[in-house]
Amino acid sequence: MAEPMAGGGPIGVEAEFGPLRTVGVALAVCGVCALLLTGSVVLLRPYQIQNQQDSSEARVHELVSDLPGVGALIAEAGEAQLDLRAVELATGVFAPSVDPMDLLEGGDGGAESTPLPAERDPAGIGRVPRYAPVHLLYRAGSLHTVILPVSGRGYGGAIRGYLALAGDGDTVRGITFVDHRETPGLGAEIESADWQARWRGKRLRDAGGAVRIRTVELAPDPNSPDSVYEIQGISGATRTSRGVAELVRFWVGPDGFGPLLTRLRAGEDA
Amino acid sequence: MFSSLRTLTRPIVDENPITLQILGICSALAVTRRLDTALLMGASLTAVLTLSSGFISLIRRQVPRSIRLIVQITIIATLVSVVDQLLRAFAWELSRQLSIFVGLIVTNCLVLGRGDGFAMNHGVRASALDGLGNGIGYALVLAIVGAIRELLGAGTLLGQPLLPTRDAGGWYEPAALMLLPPSAFFLIGGLVWVVRSARVEQVEEAEPVPEAARPVTSA
Repeated sequence: MAEPMAGGGPIGVEAEFGPLRTVGVALAVCGVCALLLTGSVVLLRPYQIQNQQDSSEARVHELVSDLPGVGALIAEAGEAQLDLRAVELATGVFAPSVDPMDLLEGGDGGAESTPLPAERDPAGIGRVPRYAPVHLLYRAGSLHTVILPVSGRGYGGAIRGYLALAGDGDTVRGITFVDHRETPGLGAEIESADWQARWRGKRLRDAGGAVRIRTVELAPDPNSPDSVYEIQGISGATRTSRGVAELVRFWVGPDGFGPLLTRLRAGEDA
Repeated sequence: MFSSLRTLTRPIVDENPITLQILGICSALAVTRRLDTALLMGASLTAVLTLSSGFISLIRRQVPRSIRLIVQITIIATLVSVVDQLLRAFAWELSRQLSIFVGLIVTNCLVLGRGDGFAMNHGVRASALDGLGNGIGYALVLAIVGAIRELLGAGTLLGQPLLPTRDAGGWYEPAALMLLPPSAFFLIGGLVWVVRSARVEQVEEAEPVPEAARPVTSA
């Protein structure tokens, strides 16, 4: 080694290191750190995916059992009444050939997703899949609740959640979020039960079929005919609130579950 | 033996990183709304601090001065990311609540402060013990603040109801202030006061007032 050996003693009194040594030390540290980091990410990935799925399933169950009157219904009838099906988004028709569990676990059902042009992509998701999984809850033979997976972008990054609609495909029964990166105390309030409760009973579309649901800054005036489409956003989290509204609007619109909801509204057999 | 024990215990009360050095305050405000998140944050920081001080001390004689801070930060950031990954794998729900604050341990002045201030000049054993002691000191303050905030703010401790709240048919009206970040400021301020009343030597000398700033009538 041409470089002088580092002596003992406290920092600052040792010999100067040459540039080669400096670069060498930097590379060695980076190499070791990179190994540690990749190792931990690769080894722990299966546990994390498992956790994510468990929590996602737990949220669906939580959402379902929080719906008024539904908890008792499930307790009485068992989980068997909660169906999971794959739906082809463009037509709104169920696709029995596609395994919905595969879709839930992030699969694409053997069909490529299609890119969305920016003007039709208010939720910022980039690509829309051909098939999507929906949960259907039947009560006394008729469709009681439809649960749709929804996703989009908030202030801090991607937001994923579930939207529960009544059997008419138009009345919101509930909303919940399974994954987001919003600011704790502000945007992260989308997780709070209080805020989620504001969605309950709201309507998605007007009689003409146009998507009307949106977030507003002030509490909606209950006397206004529009209040049934309006949810008060989270103060201090305008972009998160808008992001959530846009993702709901997208997923109930023509490029999302719109065709399915139209069929449900027409009373077609789901 | 005795001196290494002192290295471990000194930062817990006498030189507590939060109450004496006022380091690592931001996370102390953010994650102490409940005791369980405060404990997990304290444990995560202790693990990172112990290991980073140990590693930094291990390579302290090989690291050129010009890049020492970058090297230290790289080591700390790696350890923080590994801890974050571990929490996501084995403490999923709590890690969701801690969200970005585990990642922000990287910027906790306490970790870099001990790494550069102590570990660069001391042996591996002493540095790891110093990191462990400082971590425990930090965790202790977080646990105290977290326990008070959860108890007064929600009437529970580790999720167990202790003070029956009005909502649940009891008598206790939760102090909503305790759920807001400023309450952690007040509590930490209170702790600093208590510690410095007991250990008067920790009280800082008043800063000398510049001549020009003195009121003219003071004489």
